[in-house]
Amino acid sequence: MAKAPALPTGFELPLEPRIPRIGSVDQVAVEERAATLARRSIKREAKLFALDLAVRIMDLTTLEGQDTPGKIAALASKAIRPDPSDPGIPSVAALCVYPNLVPAALEKVKGSSVKVASVATAFPSGQSPTHIKVAEVRDVVEMGADEVDMVIDRGAFLSGRYAKVYDEIVQVKEASGKAHLKVILEVGELGTYDNVRRASLLAMAAGADFIKTSTGKLPAAATLPVTLVMLEAIRDVYQETGRKVGMKPAGGIRQAKQAVQYLVQLYETLGAEWLTPDLYRIGASTLLNDVLMQIRKEKTGSYQSPDYFTID
Amino acid sequence: LTDLERRQDRSPVPSGWDYAPAPEARDIVTLEERYGLYIGGELVEPRSGEYFRTLDPSREEPLAEVAQSGKEDVDLAVRAARDAFENGWSDISPAERAKYLFRIARILQERSREFAVLESLNGGKPIRESRDVDLPLTAAHFFYYAGWADKLEYAFPNRRPKPIGVAGQIIPWNFPLLMLAWKVAPALAAGNTVVLKPAETTPLSALLFADVLRQAELPPGVVNIITGDGRTGAELVKNEGVDKIAFTGSTEVGKAIQRELAGTGKKLTLELGGKAANIIFDDAALDQAVEGIVNGIYFNQGHVCCAGSRLLVQESIYEPVIEKLKQRLRTLRVGDPLDKNTDVGAINSREQLDKIKELVASGEEEGAEIYQPPCRLPEKGYWFVPTVFTNVAQSYRVAQEEIFGPVLSVLTFRTPDEAVEKANNTPYGLSAGVWTEKGSRILSIAQRLRAGVIWANTYNRFDPTSPFGGYKESGFGREGGLHGLEPYLDFDDSETRGE
Repeated sequence: MAKAPALPTGFELPLEPRIPRIGSVDQVAVEERAATLARRSIKREAKLFALDLAVRIMDLTTLEGQDTPGKIAALASKAIRPDPSDPGIPSVAALCVYPNLVPAALEKVKGSSVKVASVATAFPSGQSPTHIKVAEVRDVVEMGADEVDMVIDRGAFLSGRYAKVYDEIVQVKEASGKAHLKVILEVGELGTYDNVRRASLLAMAAGADFIKTSTGKLPAAATLPVTLVMLEAIRDVYQETGRKVGMKPAGGIRQAKQAVQYLVQLYETLGAEWLTPDLYRIGASTLLNDVLMQIRKEKTGSYQSPDYFTID
Repeated sequence: LTDLERRQDRSPVPSGWDYAPAPEARDIVTLEERYGLYIGGELVEPRSGEYFRTLDPSREEPLAEVAQSGKEDVDLAVRAARDAFENGWSDISPAERAKYLFRIARILQERSREFAVLESLNGGKPIRESRDVDLPLTAAHFFYYAGWADKLEYAFPNRRPKPIGVAGQIIPWNFPLLMLAWKVAPALAAGNTVVLKPAETTPLSALLFADVLRQAELPPGVVNIITGDGRTGAELVKNEGVDKIAFTGSTEVGKAIQRELAGTGKKLTLELGGKAANIIFDDAALDQAVEGIVNGIYFNQGHVCCAGSRLLVQESIYEPVIEKLKQRLRTLRVGDPLDKNTDVGAINSREQLDKIKELVASGEEEGAEIYQPPCRLPEKGYWFVPTVFTNVAQSYRVAQEEIFGPVLSVLTFRTPDEAVEKANNTPYGLSAGVWTEKGSRILSIAQRLRAGVIWANTYNRFDPTSPFGGYKESGFGREGGLHGLEPYLDFDDSETRGE
């Protein structure tokens, strides 16, 4: 993509770092492609590989008003050792919590590979003044969060104030310091795949380490086609700049089968390089047990009662 | 903490992810060792006494022996069809005809897995396609034309539609069962009887279809199926008892048939070759356009008469399109047609493979740049790696001739006028594709393209309600839709013309 045509006028995007042609997305065709990929038949060792990977890339999430240090402690030990009866099961990638629970989470995952991610920037709506959002990010980073999951200002995006969205991400990125920044587009509120593509490019241009589909607070969350649109935007940025941006679908992924479909889509769009928790996460609160159940089924040949898997 | 440390020590993800084989079970298909002909509602031995082997092209292994019909066999089949036409079929009530067609459609749906496996075994196409495309469309065609059978008076008001008589139908090997449906369904709906000759290399699904006809209790002789090579087809064309010939296949054979029939009064429709332009404008949704390019030319190994074999890319987006296309090609899974993850299957025959190789060699000689993704091909069987030619000039053979294989020739254009000019600059005129986000451009370009089927922002999409057929050397007559009934009907419009 050496010769990206000029950007359309009226679309406020900085030219540095360079971003690819914005282009557009064909809804019918992208949904068809996603459906085709979802029909891949993944069996035996290939399935076990995917399930194991699904655990390693999982952001185990709890984002409830009723979250307490006790709940976080339970979830943390699940994150570190998802299936105590099978030492072959790896830890999940991270624990994703609200800012107030960051200290509790950090305390519990200490010494393990599990990272702590915190949502911030007036999650989930993002409808607060920028300085408050930035301050919140500074706080969670100071508390020691490894990763920050911010939301974009959809109000600004949908009213065409792209520069506001962009500037805010830039400021949050700066405030995040060494912490990894995941930018949540909340695709369920963006309305079209074209908007999802624009928002993806915008977030990446502003410095996102990851782009993420959803807060999980809306019924319309991650879908295969919307994730494909984002993966294709990531691929374009990589082609154009050589920069690898991560992807995180979140919300609505509850079954192991779905997780495998997401990984197939990732593998066939961005290749094996992206099959790592450094570049791909799945945000989920209830997916883990189904994956564990499927792993044990693959290993033992039979399904076991859900009572053999802890509810945390 | 040792356990923990061990967990963290796990090596990073392996470099690739090998999908385990996911073969569709083939035991749902029971093959006979030897097949006769289906004439007058029965499987009979050929009078010719000759048989030939039909293969699984992905393994070069024989599947069964089928009959080589001679002149006598063709005569018998045509006589059986004539008998059936005159003694019952043309007189039964149209609603009754519809009933048989509905039955056939339902039985095909019920037995679709069996047919899909057989289609992939005998033809080499991926099970994903025979399962998701060929079989659903085949059943849909029968359902669609079943609906017309008792509504012909409404379809052609004041024209008094009548069946023609005996239709001789010769079909190709690329979509054996689907092409059967395209031919048989409208012929029966219109009240004709049929002698069908499936392609030499792919006769098995048509022979299994004979069993569907038995199940549906179709009266004997209404559909007769005779197997054989080109000689059988030629006999069918010559036969005096045939009232109409419908042929799908190469332009060369189509021309020969047209010469043969000149002056005989037999009706004729031809659906022949193509060299379709797939035109990508710079405002197209690129990732989806690339999918469309892939679907346009690598679908069914490029054994598609309407394949988008000439890619016309606007020069301003040439580089990203080619880069994306090459990337996408590297993810195509070529191999066992029965594996559910296979995207590109086997080439249908040795003969076709040789033809593809010959044309590809000519492309390299003439100076086109070839790209083929790294690909492990099975050792046995007929295979060809998905191929892209760039730097192709309009005068190269790979830009002019139909390759009928997984080979794409890429050309560029600068303006819409140039795109139209290049797209139309071919003896063929079957199909074309236009990719742009601009609706007005779709309409204006489509109007200027001389092609029977034009897809906008999609490719190789078929529907029984939509007529299909070509301009120029791609043939004449339409199949599908209301138009598809017309070639199987005679009209008595003298009253409306006031004669």
